[in-house]
Amino acid sequence: MENLQLIIPELFISIMIMFLLIFGVFKKNSSQLVYNLTTVSLVAALALIINLDAQIQSSLFNNSYNIDSLARFMKILLILSGIFVMLSSSKYIQISKISKIEYPILILCSILGMMVMISSNDLIVFYMGLELQSLALYVLASFNRDNILSTESGLKYFVLSALSSGLLLYGCSLIYGFSETTNFNQIMVNTKEIEYGLTFGIVFILVGLAFKISAVPFHMWAPDVYQGSPTSVTVFFALLPKIAALTVFIRFLYIPFHELGDQWQMIIIFLSIASMVFGAVAAIGQKNLKRLIAYSSISHMGYALAGLSTDTTQGVQSSITYITIYLVMNLAFFSCLFMLKRNDKYYENIDDLSGLSKNHPLLSLSLLVVLFSLAGIPPLAGFFAKFYIFVAVINEKMFFLAIVGLLATVIAAFYYLRIIKIIYFDPEKEKFESKHNLGLKFTLVASTFFILAYFIYPSGIVDIISQININ
Amino acid sequence: MNFPILSSLILLPTIGALFIFFVRSSNSQYQSSKYVALFITLANFFLSLYLWIVFDKSIVDFQFVEEREWISGFVNYKVGVDGISILFILLTTFITPICVITVNATIKNRLKDFLIAILILETFMIGVFCSLDLVVFYLFFEAGLIPMFLIIGIWGGERRVYSAFKFFLYTLLGSVLMLVAIISIYWITGTTDVIKLYELGIDAKYQNLLWLAFFSSFAVKTPMWPVHTWLPDAHVEAPTAGSVLLAAILLKMAGYGFIRFSLGLFPDASLYFVPLVYSLSLIAIIYTSLVALMQEDMKKLIAYSSVAHMGFVTLGIFTMTQQGIEGSIFQMISHGLVSAALFLCVGVVYDRLHTRLINRYGGLVSIMPKYAIVFMVFTLGALGLPGTSGFIGEFLVLMGAFKKNILVATIASLGVILGAAYMLWLYKRIIFGKLINEDVKKMVDLKRFEIVTLWLLVLPIIFFGFYPEPLINSIEVSVANMIDMNDLDKINKLALGD
Repeated sequence: MENLQLIIPELFISIMIMFLLIFGVFKKNSSQLVYNLTTVSLVAALALIINLDAQIQSSLFNNSYNIDSLARFMKILLILSGIFVMLSSSKYIQISKISKIEYPILILCSILGMMVMISSNDLIVFYMGLELQSLALYVLASFNRDNILSTESGLKYFVLSALSSGLLLYGCSLIYGFSETTNFNQIMVNTKEIEYGLTFGIVFILVGLAFKISAVPFHMWAPDVYQGSPTSVTVFFALLPKIAALTVFIRFLYIPFHELGDQWQMIIIFLSIASMVFGAVAAIGQKNLKRLIAYSSISHMGYALAGLSTDTTQGVQSSITYITIYLVMNLAFFSCLFMLKRNDKYYENIDDLSGLSKNHPLLSLSLLVVLFSLAGIPPLAGFFAKFYIFVAVINEKMFFLAIVGLLATVIAAFYYLRIIKIIYFDPEKEKFESKHNLGLKFTLVASTFFILAYFIYPSGIVDIISQININ
Repeated sequence: MNFPILSSLILLPTIGALFIFFVRSSNSQYQSSKYVALFITLANFFLSLYLWIVFDKSIVDFQFVEEREWISGFVNYKVGVDGISILFILLTTFITPICVITVNATIKNRLKDFLIAILILETFMIGVFCSLDLVVFYLFFEAGLIPMFLIIGIWGGERRVYSAFKFFLYTLLGSVLMLVAIISIYWITGTTDVIKLYELGIDAKYQNLLWLAFFSSFAVKTPMWPVHTWLPDAHVEAPTAGSVLLAAILLKMAGYGFIRFSLGLFPDASLYFVPLVYSLSLIAIIYTSLVALMQEDMKKLIAYSSVAHMGFVTLGIFTMTQQGIEGSIFQMISHGLVSAALFLCVGVVYDRLHTRLINRYGGLVSIMPKYAIVFMVFTLGALGLPGTSGFIGEFLVLMGAFKKNILVATIASLGVILGAAYMLWLYKRIIFGKLINEDVKKMVDLKRFEIVTLWLLVLPIIFFGFYPEPLINSIEVSVANMIDMNDLDKINKLALGD
């Protein structure tokens, strides 16, 4: 029973999924109601998580499910992002005619899967969580089924993701074979010596995880899926799975294989450098904002991985800080995208932003702040995110990684500047609608304010994150 | 001193910018936001003037130091001034109100946004000059890019997009290496506090690489040959106020950085790289002067002359003598005033004829006598005639250089002659000659606000030319301390084999 008390948030979400499914089927035309109830249940789940004792540190169910400070922080982050995604995209799904009862329920399913991933301390539990979130995401990507791009992106995501899950599962079985256990702590105990099979297992699992956070060279799905999916799903893709996958990365690398650091460190460094550079270069030629942000997030994941590659607690903390700030920046960016609406049609090409600053000064100002922050220019939040990463990296004397990363920021600055140029320097076009729903406005204002004002009190988040216990 | 006077200096322009941003105004009320901006910048000027008066010039230590915890256990927000930085703060707060006055004629659209950009930029510029922590310095140093990028890009000329991008990416590329160096310094010594670093010193084996990383940033910003090419483009396309701020203050950040960080933190490396800096400075002085001679565009000519003048500055700093460094600082202040004035002068005629080509003008002396007088003063100031502030700076720099290396000093002196050549030729082609063009004949002489701004610049140029004491007085102790503290003299003697 004690175990059950600690997973009340997960239980609550599961019950809400079943309840909403039945409720939605029996009550006609209830899609909007179900959507709102989902948001409410996310808020309630958030309250339940915060309500749990922050100091608690326990492993449940035969040591396969962790409730600790890392899980707590990441779950709060996850559910908060989920709430903001729901708030900002409610109007979008109505207008794009994808407002069906399944939509919010699928989102809840995938959030539940991610929560399981975040807490998992066992290969099997982790895989279960991963599949639960992935299956929901396949459907979500192709939710706008009349649109050929959306269908394509769903199918593409499904095929590639299934492949990567297969690799991951193969890796799990190899590790099981060589360590005789699936429990993370036990694996650590049983694998004092390096064996080839074990290394292969680590590599396969890393490949699967790299696929989930779209690190180069396993990024191919990201641009197409980002572009093809409905924007409300793209924002979901851009935020939540990254939190879950990063947490698994941390747990996987720092609990069972912490002592085999030299085995995986080079892989992570390679993934990191490749993502930073490729993401920066490939985004230059893009014309579609969603596609551009896909490459941009590939590049940002490279920086988060750079923090992980240090094999130190400081590095992990810097990665968590990075992902937190990354979430806020992307949330702000997508909120701006949701505002580019004219006569019930959403615009998502870079050219559509032309001269935006003359008609919509406030919206352009937020975009300006977000883009400079994404580019990592001080004094905005994005700079601090990169700063912490590089402090951790240089502390480990990895100068090459730091210099490559910083040069990649200069390349990346170019395409962010190009958008700013189009917004501020180019001639104006037709006006967009200026009426938006409250949730969207609130999301944009809150996230932009966070980015702008972060420098006033940067210690706040760092202090919270520095209390996270990794081992 | 409990009142946080430096933080107020930094914050006041931002508060003004927020005020302008949040107060709704229709088109007709744009004037009122201009008055708000003018009021704020003037208040800032008087505040810094007060700071200069109460500043104790005989003390070596940093004064008005404020320290607050910022990123816990890592970086503290720390500001303070010594004799060197206070002059740059004064220069900043003096030039900014002049820029605000000039917006009258030059900025036709989005006046409100322009004022906000200028005010935010002032915050960052003052921040650069008084920060006493490397991370805080970097923050302000880089943040200045954002408003300047927008100023060039939104209110600039035809090729503004190209120039704005070039400006931004060049400077960003230069500075990222400085960030690596700053974090490495933290890794080596465990602090980024400049005062503590002065006491601790940095191990000589790391100095060369760190020096190069800082150099890459400052060299682009100064700008030194061969990475100066962004400057002419940025100057030509920027609106008048943007050019003025760029030439008068943004370039000085790098010179200030050389003195405060390159000399102060890495004395051994600075000595090691003296030949490099000498050669680059000499090339800048001679080569860009020759390039300036050939320019058809007034702003480009002045931009190239800036590169040459900054060559004197870097030369003076790396002589590492009392005269050389004092001369460099004096030269920077003087160039700040003179180049600002020259860009304003170009702005005056550009507003009337909408061209910057030199050969479109000629014979202005007969229709714009008032303009001819002030332009004369600034030309003479730029070429360093005795009696103007330009002379003192160049003279001290050359004196420092002669102490160290006669060949270098001789070549640099040639630059003075070339400087006279291009400035006087420019003056001749614009002011004298025959009035040929019909539209030139219709030009009217200076308006009242132009007279005010230009004479405000004439006064200090002549005053400090005849009586440099107040400025020298202010920097003397700090420079002597800098040389003492790092044993630059001793290092020099060792290097010379005495």
